[in-house]
Amino acid sequence: MATLTPADTHAHDDHHGNYITCSKGIMSWLITLDHKRIGVMYVIATLASFLLGGLFALGIRTELIAPGETIMDAETYNRFFTLHGAIMTFLVIIPAIPGALGNFVLPIMLGAKDVAFPRLNLGSFYLWIIGAALTVYSMLQGGIDTGWTFYTPYSIEEGRQGVFWVGMGVFILGFSSIFTGLNFIVTVQRLRPPGMTWFKLPLFLWALYATAIIQVLATPVLGITMLLLAAERIMGIGIFDPALGGDPVLFQHFFWFYSHPAVYIMILPAMGIISELISVHCRREIFGYKMIAFSSVAIAFFSFLVWGHHMFTSGQSPLMNAIFSAITFSVAIPSAVKVFNWILTMYKGSISFTTPMLYALSFLVIFAIGGLTGLPLAVLSTDVQLHDTYFVVAHFHYVMMGSTLIAMIGGLHHWWPKITGRMYNERLGQIGAWIVFIGFNLTFFTQFMLGTKGMPRRYHDYQTGLGWSAETTELFHTYHFISTMGSYVMAVGFFLTAFYLLQSLVNGRKAPANPWGGASLEWECSSPPPHHNFDETPTPEYCYKFDHWVWNDEEQGYVRRDTAKS
Amino acid sequence: MSAHDEHHGPGHIISFRYTLGTFLALMVLTVVTVGVAQFDLGSLDMPVALLVAGAKASLVCLFFMHLRWDRPINTLVLVGSIFFVVLFLIITMFDTGQNVDLKDDGDSPDVVTTLESQSLPVVD
Ligand SMILES: [Cu+2]
Repeated sequence: MATLTPADTHAHDDHHGNYITCSKGIMSWLITLDHKRIGVMYVIATLASFLLGGLFALGIRTELIAPGETIMDAETYNRFFTLHGAIMTFLVIIPAIPGALGNFVLPIMLGAKDVAFPRLNLGSFYLWIIGAALTVYSMLQGGIDTGWTFYTPYSIEEGRQGVFWVGMGVFILGFSSIFTGLNFIVTVQRLRPPGMTWFKLPLFLWALYATAIIQVLATPVLGITMLLLAAERIMGIGIFDPALGGDPVLFQHFFWFYSHPAVYIMILPAMGIISELISVHCRREIFGYKMIAFSSVAIAFFSFLVWGHHMFTSGQSPLMNAIFSAITFSVAIPSAVKVFNWILTMYKGSISFTTPMLYALSFLVIFAIGGLTGLPLAVLSTDVQLHDTYFVVAHFHYVMMGSTLIAMIGGLHHWWPKITGRMYNERLGQIGAWIVFIGFNLTFFTQFMLGTKGMPRRYHDYQTGLGWSAETTELFHTYHFISTMGSYVMAVGFFLTAFYLLQSLVNGRKAPANPWGGASLEWECSSPPPHHNFDETPTPEYCYKFDHWVWNDEEQGYVRRDTAKS
Repeated sequence: MSAHDEHHGPGHIISFRYTLGTFLALMVLTVVTVGVAQFDLGSLDMPVALLVAGAKASLVCLFFMHLRWDRPINTLVLVGSIFFVVLFLIITMFDTGQNVDLKDDGDSPDVVTTLESQSLPVVD
C-alpha cells in the first residue's frame, strides 16, 4: 500500500517547496491556476468583504443604540443596511465556503491534483472581483436604499442608478458562483482517484456537491431577473412595474426562486464543515454517514419548492400560501437528521475543546435556535404577525451569520495549519470563539424579543409617536441597547481572531501534517501541501475511522500507526 | 470512470440515415403544427400545440444532441432542469393569474378593496 508518511513529504518539501514557495512574485499568484492559491485569494477577498460588511453593521447598530437620530440620518441608514445586506450575502456568505475553503480543500480531500477546470476556476475568481468592484462603484452612484432584495417597484424608480450597477454586480457574481459549482460537480464526478467511491467521500464534499447543484440550477434565475430588470429599465417593457402593466409580485417570485435556494448555498457547505469538525475533534466515527449525505441532497431538492414562504403577506394566493407553508415544514426533517447525527457522533467520543470544536458547538446551539425559529415564520397565522419584524432579522442572522459564518470560521481554524503551515495561538483562539459566541447571542437573541414586541425591521428610528407608546419605546430602547453592545462584543472577538491569525503567520509554530488526527486525504500531505498535492496517487479509505492515526510528541501532531512503530 | 466510456464518448457519429429520418420527422411534425392550427379545438388548442412542440424538441435532444447514446446522467440533468423550469413557471403563473384583478383594469384602482373581495390577508 502506497502511504505517504509525514517523513516522506517533509523530505520532498526540501526539494521542490510547497505551493506557497514553489514560485515567486505577485504575478505567480494573480494568474495562478493552482486551486490552493485561488482558494487563498478567495479567503483574503471574502474576509476583506466581511470586514466592510461588518463595519456597515456596526454603523447600523450604533444608530439604533438610542431612539431618535444618533449618528446618521434616515437616508444614510437605508444605504447602510442595503449595503450591509448586499455585501454580506453576495460577496461573503455565498462565495466564502465553496470559493475559499472549498477551493482549497475539495481537490485534496478527493485525492486529485486540481479541480477539473483550473482556468474556469481562476475566471470565477476574477468575476467575483469584477462583481465586487461594481458593487463598490454602485455606492458612489447613490440611491441604493432598497434593501438587499431590490423589491420593485421601489427599486426601479427614477434616481436609483446605483441599483442598476449593483444589479450588474450581482449578475456577474452569479456567474462566478455558477462557475465554481460547475467546476465542483465535474471534479467530484470525474476526478475521483481509483477507490474513491461515493460513500467514501468526506461529508464536506457531499455538501459541496449538493451546493453545486443548487448553484448551477438556481443562479441562472437570478441572472434572468437582473436582465428583466434591465430590460424594463432600459427598454420600458412592462414586467415588474405596474405603471407599465407589469406585476411587482412577479419580481418577488423571480427573486425568491433564486434567493431561497441561495440560503442553502450558504448553509449546506457549512453543515459539511460541521460534519468534519465534530467527527475529527471528537475522534469518533461520524454517526449515520449515509443519512447525513442524503439529507444534503434532500435539502438541495426541497430548497427549490419553498420560495413562496417569503411572500405570505404579499398578496400571494391563499392556496399557494398553504402549499408553500406545508413544504417549508418538510425542510426541518433533513436538517434535524443532521443535528441529531452530530449530537450522536459526540456521544462517548473524546471531545477536545479546540477552537474549531468550540465553533462547531456554537454552530449546534445557534443553528438549533435559528432552525426552530424558522417554524413560526413558516406557519401562516404567526407569520402575518412576525413578517418584517426583528424576529425575521434575528432568525436569518441565527442561520446565516451564526451558523454559516461561524462554521466558516471554524473551518478556517481547522484547515488554517494546512493552508498556512502555521499553528495559531490555541488559547487566544478559544477565547475568541467564546467572545464571538456570547456577543452573537447578545446581539441577536434580543432581536427575537424586539420582533415579538412589534419592532419592524429596517426602521431608522423607534421614537414614541411612530405608532407605539412611550413604554414600548422604552422597551425597544433597552433591547436595542443590549443588541448594540453585543455587536461590539462580537467585533472585539473578530478583531482578536484576526489578530492572532495574522500573528501566527509571523511567529506561529510550524504546523505538523496532521495536527488534529483527521483521516481524510488532506491530512496525508504536508502542511502546507506541495504544489501538486500528492506525489503519488493516494489510496482513499473511509475517512471517519481514526484508529490508525496516533499522537506523536516529536511531530507535535498525529502520524500513522505503522510509521510510529517503525 | 465507467467502463462504457469508449462507447459513449463525445465522438459518437450518427449515421446519415438517422439524421435524415429525424429531419423528415421534424418536417412532418411542422406540417402537423400548421395543420392543427387551422382548426379551432377550443381549450385543447394549447395542449395539442405544446404536445407537438414537445415531441419535436425531444427528437432534437435525442438524435441531434445525441442524448440517446449519451450517459443517462445527461438525460437526468436535462429532464431535471426542465422539471424545475416548469415548476417555477406553473406556480408563478398560477399565482399571478389569481392576482390579475389587482392590476391593469382601469376602473378598480383600489387594491385594498380588491384584496378584501378576494378574502386575502390585507397587511400594511
Ligand atoms: Cu426561504
